[in-house]
Amino acid sequence: MADKKYRVVHYLNQFYAGIGGEAKANIPPLIKEGVVGPGVPLQQALGEEGEIIATVICGDSYFAENIETAAEKVVESVSSHAPDVFVAGPAFNAGRYGIACGAACSAVSKNLGIPVVTAMYEENPALELYRKEVYIIPTANSVRGMKDAIPNMAGFVRKLGLGQSIGLPDEEGYFPRGIRVNQFADRTGAERAVDMLLAKLKGEPFQTEYLMPTFEQIPPSPAIKDLTSATIALVTSGGIVPLGNPDRIEAASASKFVEYNIAKVDDLTAGAYQTCHGGYDPTYANEDPDRVLPLDAMRTLEKDGTIGRLHHLYYVTVGNATSVANAQKFGKEIAERLKEAGVGGVVLTST
Amino acid sequence: MGLPVVHVATIVPISLTVGANRIVPAVAIPYPLGNPELPDNEERELRLNLVKKALRALQSEVEKQTVFD
Repeated sequence: MADKKYRVVHYLNQFYAGIGGEAKANIPPLIKEGVVGPGVPLQQALGEEGEIIATVICGDSYFAENIETAAEKVVESVSSHAPDVFVAGPAFNAGRYGIACGAACSAVSKNLGIPVVTAMYEENPALELYRKEVYIIPTANSVRGMKDAIPNMAGFVRKLGLGQSIGLPDEEGYFPRGIRVNQFADRTGAERAVDMLLAKLKGEPFQTEYLMPTFEQIPPSPAIKDLTSATIALVTSGGIVPLGNPDRIEAASASKFVEYNIAKVDDLTAGAYQTCHGGYDPTYANEDPDRVLPLDAMRTLEKDGTIGRLHHLYYVTVGNATSVANAQKFGKEIAERLKEAGVGGVVLTST
Repeated sequence: MGLPVVHVATIVPISLTVGANRIVPAVAIPYPLGNPELPDNEERELRLNLVKKALRALQSEVEKQTVFD
């Protein structure tokens, strides 16, 4: 491997670059030739195969307050050095620095197609923001963990620099990115599942093959005080749409939600509405879409004065295999629109 | 200020897992608010009662995840 060294550009904040502390946190990105600060031990760990040719430095506040501009400038400086690998940090538990490392890696990867890696502590808020798009290596929560972080980062940089394939998170020591890969196993899923169950019953350790996502708990909202004056909205993840699914909501892994006006509709009928939700037998919902989105019942309760008013728009998406991230995004946006419209409560139906 | 939401859903454990705070159990996955085996008027009555239960949930103060059976 003596022919050609792979080229690395390293990203640091103003502090680790030795420019200054908080007083210098507002400096815009600049680039220095060669290694700086933690780049020195990183270069030592890389040895003869790779070379850190330049270091990009930016103030943490500047980056965090101008994420897009800062990332663009980093991409520009990195691009002129045409490296084979871009590495940022380690950021440990520093929030702004972590965001800078994650955003810089993400932008370099997207714009230049160069492999990227950074390192930080598991509770760094940047982890959740960038783990899906960037390899992030775990570190301790403070600079005291530098000694361990450097060889871990160097090993990863080396693999990327030599163009080696990166294995599973557990084997390679990076935070899982939530990506599923196909692989061949010696035994069937049923056998592996039973083994896991037996191990669990015996209190022995076992490794799940599919980690369930964790959901945050939301504090309950206060109740509606006076229903007779409240506007109630209907929302569904059951895919009830006008016939023909005009906005083409996907039958699975929905990428969007849609709002439809029901101001002049009192009952959802087979010829006018349908479900576009995959994964369940649509016969019954297509026969009478009120079975999923109870518009007829809401109209009855509106007419008899039980509720003040039914909101004139309803919101629909498909909950079938839809990612938690998308679902959260839809929910947030729907809630904002409903609150703006003065809606007092929501009936959300799911299939 | 939050906006109260009642989740009318058949698979209550999923509703609990995803963090719904007011939950009304529904009838079945393909017809959460209906039952094709019932005569039309009885099915409408069933749906009306489920929606009324959902509205009662919206009027109830809860401190933690609550299933309105």
